[in-house]
Amino acid sequence: MIHSLFIINPSGDVFLEKHWRSVIPRSVCDYYLEAQRASPNDVPPVLAAPHHYLISIHRGGVALVAVCKQEVAPLFVIEFLHRVVDTFQDYFSDCTETIIKENYVVVYELLDEMLDNGFPLATESNILKELIKPPNILRTIANTVTGKSNVSSTLPSGQLSNVPWRRSGVKYANNEAYFDVVEEVDAIIDKSGATVNAEIQGYIDCCIKLSGMPDLTLTFVNPRLFDDVSFHPCVRFKRWEAERILSFIPPDGNFRLMSYHIGSQSVVAIPIYVRHSLTLRSNGDQGRLDLTVGPKQTMGRTLENVALEICMPKCVLNCCLTANQGKYSYDPVSKMLLWDIGRIELPKLPNIKGSVSVVSGADTTGASPSINVHFTIPQLAVSGLRVSRLDMYGAKYKPFKGVKYVTKAGKFHVRM
Amino acid sequence: MTDSKYFTTTKKGEIFELKSELNSDKKEKKKEAVKKVIASMTVGKDVSALFPDVVNCMQTDNLELKKLVYLYLMNYAKSQPDMAIMAVNTFVKDCEDSNPLIRALAVRTMGCIRVDKITEYLCEPLRKCLKDEDPYVRKTAAVCVAKLYDISSSMVEDQGFLDQLKDLLSDSNPMVVANAVAALSEINEASVSGRPLVEMNAPTINKLLTALNECTEWGQVFILDALSNYSPRDAREAHSICERITPRLAHANAAVVLSAVKVLMKLMEMVSADTELVSTLSRKLAPPLVTLLSAEPEVQYVALRNINLVVQKRPDILKHEMKVFFVKYNDPIYVKLEKLDIMIRLASQANIAQVLGELKEYATEVDVDFVRKAVRAIGRCAIKVEPSAERCVSTLLELIQTKVNYVVQEAIVVIKDIFRKYPNKYESIISTLCENLDTLDEPEARASMVWIVGEYAERIDNADELLDSFLEGFHDENAQVQLQLLTAVVKLFLKRPADTQELVQHVLSLATQDSDNPDLRDRGFIYWRLLSTDPAAAKEVVLADKPLISEETDLLEPTLLDELICHISSLASVYHKPPTAFVEGRGAGVRKSLPSRGVVAEETNTQQPTVIPNQESLIGDLLSMDIGGPPPAPAPSSNVDLLAGGLDVLLGGGPEPGASAAAVPGGASGLLGDIFAVSAAPASYVPPKQCWLPADKGKGLEIWGTFSRQNGQPRMEMTFTNKAMQPMTGFAIQLNKNSFGVYPVGGLAVGAVGAGAGAEAALPLATHGPVQRMDPLNNLQVAIKNNIDVFYFACLIPAHILFTEDGQLDKRVFLTTWKEIPAANEVQHTLSNVVGTADSIAQKMTLNNIFTIAKRNVEGQDMLYQSLKLTNNIWVLLELKLQPGNPEATLSLKSRTVEVATCIFQAYEAIIKS
Repeated sequence: MIHSLFIINPSGDVFLEKHWRSVIPRSVCDYYLEAQRASPNDVPPVLAAPHHYLISIHRGGVALVAVCKQEVAPLFVIEFLHRVVDTFQDYFSDCTETIIKENYVVVYELLDEMLDNGFPLATESNILKELIKPPNILRTIANTVTGKSNVSSTLPSGQLSNVPWRRSGVKYANNEAYFDVVEEVDAIIDKSGATVNAEIQGYIDCCIKLSGMPDLTLTFVNPRLFDDVSFHPCVRFKRWEAERILSFIPPDGNFRLMSYHIGSQSVVAIPIYVRHSLTLRSNGDQGRLDLTVGPKQTMGRTLENVALEICMPKCVLNCCLTANQGKYSYDPVSKMLLWDIGRIELPKLPNIKGSVSVVSGADTTGASPSINVHFTIPQLAVSGLRVSRLDMYGAKYKPFKGVKYVTKAGKFHVRM
Repeated sequence: MTDSKYFTTTKKGEIFELKSELNSDKKEKKKEAVKKVIASMTVGKDVSALFPDVVNCMQTDNLELKKLVYLYLMNYAKSQPDMAIMAVNTFVKDCEDSNPLIRALAVRTMGCIRVDKITEYLCEPLRKCLKDEDPYVRKTAAVCVAKLYDISSSMVEDQGFLDQLKDLLSDSNPMVVANAVAALSEINEASVSGRPLVEMNAPTINKLLTALNECTEWGQVFILDALSNYSPRDAREAHSICERITPRLAHANAAVVLSAVKVLMKLMEMVSADTELVSTLSRKLAPPLVTLLSAEPEVQYVALRNINLVVQKRPDILKHEMKVFFVKYNDPIYVKLEKLDIMIRLASQANIAQVLGELKEYATEVDVDFVRKAVRAIGRCAIKVEPSAERCVSTLLELIQTKVNYVVQEAIVVIKDIFRKYPNKYESIISTLCENLDTLDEPEARASMVWIVGEYAERIDNADELLDSFLEGFHDENAQVQLQLLTAVVKLFLKRPADTQELVQHVLSLATQDSDNPDLRDRGFIYWRLLSTDPAAAKEVVLADKPLISEETDLLEPTLLDELICHISSLASVYHKPPTAFVEGRGAGVRKSLPSRGVVAEETNTQQPTVIPNQESLIGDLLSMDIGGPPPAPAPSSNVDLLAGGLDVLLGGGPEPGASAAAVPGGASGLLGDIFAVSAAPASYVPPKQCWLPADKGKGLEIWGTFSRQNGQPRMEMTFTNKAMQPMTGFAIQLNKNSFGVYPVGGLAVGAVGAGAGAEAALPLATHGPVQRMDPLNNLQVAIKNNIDVFYFACLIPAHILFTEDGQLDKRVFLTTWKEIPAANEVQHTLSNVVGTADSIAQKMTLNNIFTIAKRNVEGQDMLYQSLKLTNNIWVLLELKLQPGNPEATLSLKSRTVEVATCIFQAYEAIIKS
């Protein structure tokens, strides 16, 4: 299991180490740093050192490197490290070097509570929060005055119940349950505009503030859409299998109820198109670029936050473009062209065109970049998924309920 | 107020300052001081000097302070063992505290202090905590047993903690069960003996399955991993476990999903392939695997490495999911390369158009490594999917036109393979390749190009000029290119001897006189000698037809693949190596293997050249053998044996049961046997050789073999053919324990076998080695080692080579024995296609040590009464009923050990047909 954890900043300094078994010298991180030097952005997640295995993830500019001595399941470790980051974000709203340094002691206490002898102990955020109170200014002041600490001295109630994700005795003045259905479209569009591959990664995030022990059921109009689903442990799988209904006692607060995958069985609607032409050798050392973006299959909704990212071929020196909407920027070092369009208002289609200067005599064959497209469509789940109703049992009050749909671009690539 | 303030004191007397603060009377100040100490500790500063002062703060009601002190203790107790003793009392007291949180914290911390003196005091509190009323304490205590085992395994075994841990497996609380499972698996893994200390049985498994639904995600991973080590008794149990595990595939935690995939893949082996369950599971496995690919890149990478295994084992599962493996341009490179690998594995005629389109796209990307692999992938598609070869070749040609240097080189390397796979089909493109000759600068590409020029010298008009141009810088070339150049020029000379004599002499002198490379010199000398003595022979050797290359070059060996399937989701699955190969402190005995389907092993069929070996025993036993070492020593009293054996041969079999093992041990006498064998007149029946190890399984080594019996000694006769491109040396053989105790006498007399060459070997066998029952009975598992690898295969020993020369019974003894053996031990068999008279058959039989005791004629039928004795002293009595003119004969067999009947019948059939 996990022996030790090192947290490393971008300049290669270990600024936190935690050992759950015997102490492993931090020089073991050199193997990681070596791999990082070789390929700064693409360090393989599993590395072998002579006597150890280093399993790492990158988040918020820092690298979390777990060191293991024996055979482990790498995904187990990776998932755990993700959970550590999530917990830090939950506690300190971010996971950066400065924030971790500012909260050293809480971080250390948390790590100690999350893992015992390399075995995960308490990773549910509501249990952790009962054990170690998240820091906030008000409490710090109160603690200083009253001499109390932010470490609870009683056993968290949810720790051993059948619903470990929910603490008992939750009380709210306003009872509310909100659901966000978010769908991300992953697609590869080829030069001619044909779809090579398209799939939807969807998830339902909830914000639930309900008193007592509510038992919820969520029903969909068209549950047959899903190819694959993964649920939060609170969802009763049997009922889903039998009736295609989500039945659960929710955790308190924000959590991801389910994530799903749609793609291999059904046709995925592509809500945007990009017309593009890039010629690098039209006129001496000047090439031309012309891009137009427009909506399609959006079911009457508008495209918002549209932005295009193009990593231009190495031979492109600079771009001189005019856009009829939005702003563009070109970084000649990273060769990244960014065009931030914003909202697409019909009938005017956003267009950008102009000249690109190319290194004279450079080889321009075979250099075809990809456009990375970003967009959001509010009030639309592109798969057509709809929630039909939400019922609550086990509590007497009437909660506020709400469902919000949004579609976003995931990894959406257009090849030029 | 943040914790960063703890770092602001950088004055000289920092430690001193902290010391005085720690000893302060004010609680608040104390706590702040301990926090400062902890903060210094996290960044790796040495604050061990404060040990006594920090320990003094331990006696407190404040839980936060207590926790902080415990954190400090865990870190520094090891360096200050004497001081740590001071803390023991507090620990023991805390283990009795009324607050379960404190009890758990105390037992947990004590386990982390790796000091022997403290461990002694740990036992009593731990024992209590394992039976604590609060499940939170119990689950912490379970982990503590694993900690203690790591410090002192003997203490855990002596104090009976293992049994207590086993009891926790049936605890009412699922969290406790999960932690007990985790602790037990870690103890099993660390166990010195390599054998699991706790065996899982069906009731335990049932409890685990119940706990599985209710425990945390991490607990689910532990339980699933434990389940994967359990082999169900029958298909029905496997079936029910599968059904209870399938819901785990919908878990949000990727580790749970992959562990569930592991268990399901393993159990699918248990149920026969055509049942509905297998098809349902195959269908259910695909979506979760696909979903893993939408997670973070780290998860994707591990998932892809595992999918690679799944695809090799069961290609059907993901055959419709090709598209999800298409590469996104901002995937990390390690993800891109893995996806590409899987794309090739999934490529089939149905999707090849799409795949090629993608691969062509990738070949224009920026990342050099990725582009190279994409180009190579196109070549592999051409070789794998035959109907697409033409399209692949034209795609490669298009890529060559781009003139991007590394693309061209990579393309030429794969085109060479395509030429070998489809000879005389695409040679028209050679001219295009030749245009790019000058741009090649990598050895592999140059060597490939030279090979192409040499191979097709008759079609390339200026082949001599091309090769000549390479020769100018001969000494600067890489050895690989030099060897290819030498061969290519010799090929050219053999094809166009008229105008290339000068060239060949030049290259031969370059290779033999001016080179330090022994390989090159040797090859040069061989060619030279061949050309000067017999050009026709040279032609036969150098221009011989090459064996076709196999379809997929980088598939894992089936046995390794099966083992890795059992390790899905582990590090082994990421490295594609068995854990024994890289995890420290692992014995060889803990290898895992897929359960075999009972039905397969029962098929005993002579037509089958290699019987599927029982995985468990093959891996377990063969690998624990020392392959390179000498064979097990023959029986100690070799002198006596020699005499007795010799006598046996001379007398044609005296009725002396003790000396039945007529084998002659020792290398010299083996040689003697060889000499005799040459002169021996009509010998016993030798079955035709069968292919035991095909070249594609043996990395180019092909073995055909058979068994014979000469001069009272069984022998294994083998033909080795080297179909690989490099010479093979260092041959050695080992036989696994088998039903008849057969083991080799002396080593394998095979020296080096050059590329394309062959060698014959006869291996004398003795029959009093260690015995282990095999299924089928005459199955023999063989390991052959050479400089390249170790290869395993199984073959069937024809029973008649185990019939001894002293198998003749006296008439009366035969009669009484026949009557004594109960009727239940009689087996009947019908022989078909029997030709010849009773006498000729009897004669044939006698040559094979089946002795005819008596012959009778009853109602026009010839009855032959025969006896034989196996090397392991099993007597077999037979009655053969022949009807002249009828090709069918009835054979009745009686023996006290009737299991041998099947192989004896096979032997009869073989001998009669010979």
